[in-house]
Amino acid sequence: MAHRRPRHETTGNKITRWTLIAAALLLLSLFVVAPLLVVFANAFDKGLGGYWSAITEPDAQAAIRLTLIAAAAAVPLNTFFGIVAAWSISKFDFPGKNILITLLDVPFAVSPVISGLIFVLMFGLQGWLGPWLEAHGIQIIFAAPGIVLATMFVTVPFVARELIPHMQAQGREEEEAALVLGASGLQTFFRVTLPNIKWSLLYGVILCTARATGEYGAVAVVSGHTQGGTNTIPLHVEILYNGYDSTGAFAVASLLTVLSVATLIVKKLVEGKSTES
Amino acid sequence: MASKRRSILPGFGLTTGFALTYLSLFVLIPLSAIFLNAMAQDWQSLWATISSPRLIASYKLTLGASLVSALFNALFGLLVAWVLARYDFPGKRIADAIVDLPFALPTAVAGLSLTALYAPNGWFGRYLGMLGIQVAYTRLGVLIALIFVGLPFVVRNVQPVLEDFDLQVEEAARSLGATRWQTFARVIIPALLPSLLTGVSLAFARALGEYGSVVFISGNRVFETEIASFMIMNKLDQHDVPGATAIATVMLIVSFLMLLAINLLQARSRRYMETS
Repeated sequence: MAHRRPRHETTGNKITRWTLIAAALLLLSLFVVAPLLVVFANAFDKGLGGYWSAITEPDAQAAIRLTLIAAAAAVPLNTFFGIVAAWSISKFDFPGKNILITLLDVPFAVSPVISGLIFVLMFGLQGWLGPWLEAHGIQIIFAAPGIVLATMFVTVPFVARELIPHMQAQGREEEEAALVLGASGLQTFFRVTLPNIKWSLLYGVILCTARATGEYGAVAVVSGHTQGGTNTIPLHVEILYNGYDSTGAFAVASLLTVLSVATLIVKKLVEGKSTES
Repeated sequence: MASKRRSILPGFGLTTGFALTYLSLFVLIPLSAIFLNAMAQDWQSLWATISSPRLIASYKLTLGASLVSALFNALFGLLVAWVLARYDFPGKRIADAIVDLPFALPTAVAGLSLTALYAPNGWFGRYLGMLGIQVAYTRLGVLIALIFVGLPFVVRNVQPVLEDFDLQVEEAARSLGATRWQTFARVIIPALLPSLLTGVSLAFARALGEYGSVVFISGNRVFETEIASFMIMNKLDQHDVPGATAIATVMLIVSFLMLLAINLLQARSRRYMETS
């Protein structure tokens, strides 16, 4: 949503205005800012050395590697899907469009634990494909492929959800003009549509990355919680925390926290760009 | 608003087909696994699982805490949206950005940091303890976590409507003799109601399924602080896949009803925006 300057400030007198501002800022500090700050305060509890050793020890490195693999699979695929789905939904009217949009929202609407359970039911030992997979020595659940699949599932909506409102607001006129002037479909997309949506696409991709690297519930179900092989960053954080290594847990968690703060900054920049144009 | 005429843009079949195939493969087929699996089960044992006293307690907590957190966020979110849409103050851009933090921060990280804040030796827990209030490992903790995750939904739904609100309507009300409070209650609130309801129901729906941010601060005490999502995990830890599927089915049905209600609400608020 574009950021607009308030048109005037006549609402309420000075006392009401500042009371409301103070109340909003106080509540935001207590409920949102404090949880953010406490991550870094705890992460550096044992100084820079403790922080560094927590994020460089082998288990942490293995978790970071697997998280990056899952994100490297989920983000490009869901970005491509997001662009294609947004083109279909925002540029055309067709029966059943609402069903498509509802399906798109499903991974966001269901509990992450259910998202993980879905893959246990399909690929687990008691699941649909479980016996076949076992006979062929393929392990999906309690292994990296399950984590990649669960991550892909939970991040399906983010790029599409970011693009659809922007592409709908832009309408079709510019693309139609390009086509009438003789551009091909792909030329129209790359020269007309893409420049228009690049900032919201960037935000969508970063939000998708933040969600892919930070997914916990779905991944916890399919990973089976074993040390070393199948831990992502959030699972490694949980193990450290349950092992009473609070400083280590927050140090590793701070990596994800930095990414989510970067997401917020990019969102602000993108809003600035879209009001300029 | 896009016109209804046929589009000359290319790629309708290709993009719609791809989107449908991708969603079927990655969303629809996996999701149907839950229902098909639940259908194949023995209904009596299924019912016994989902109606056990421990599960009833978890449904009550999940529904109750989600509802209370959504109502709290209605007020909290309205206040924040109002201040961001109407006033200028130093640090406003930062405040506006930070509202989205719960949406971007991984749920497990949120869960850990809330627990650290409200634990008996934490920044807040220490002082609340002196007042005899315990938050961590109680139902209050569940509520705090759900308030955290739900806030952006209310703010981001209400804020654009407030920013677009025609100030002339307010001025008309004022010049016709309405007090400031009457203008707020009779003019602004009715205009905001659809978006506020949408935001609150989105926050409520999100709270129903929330897992990561709750399970650390709740402590998962039997009959006390176990939420429905945790009960699925609990069944899975005991290798009771049918039990987990049964609970998941109950939660999915509730989620779908919520999605349906939200879509109806959004359709209504769109109609309101178009007629006004």
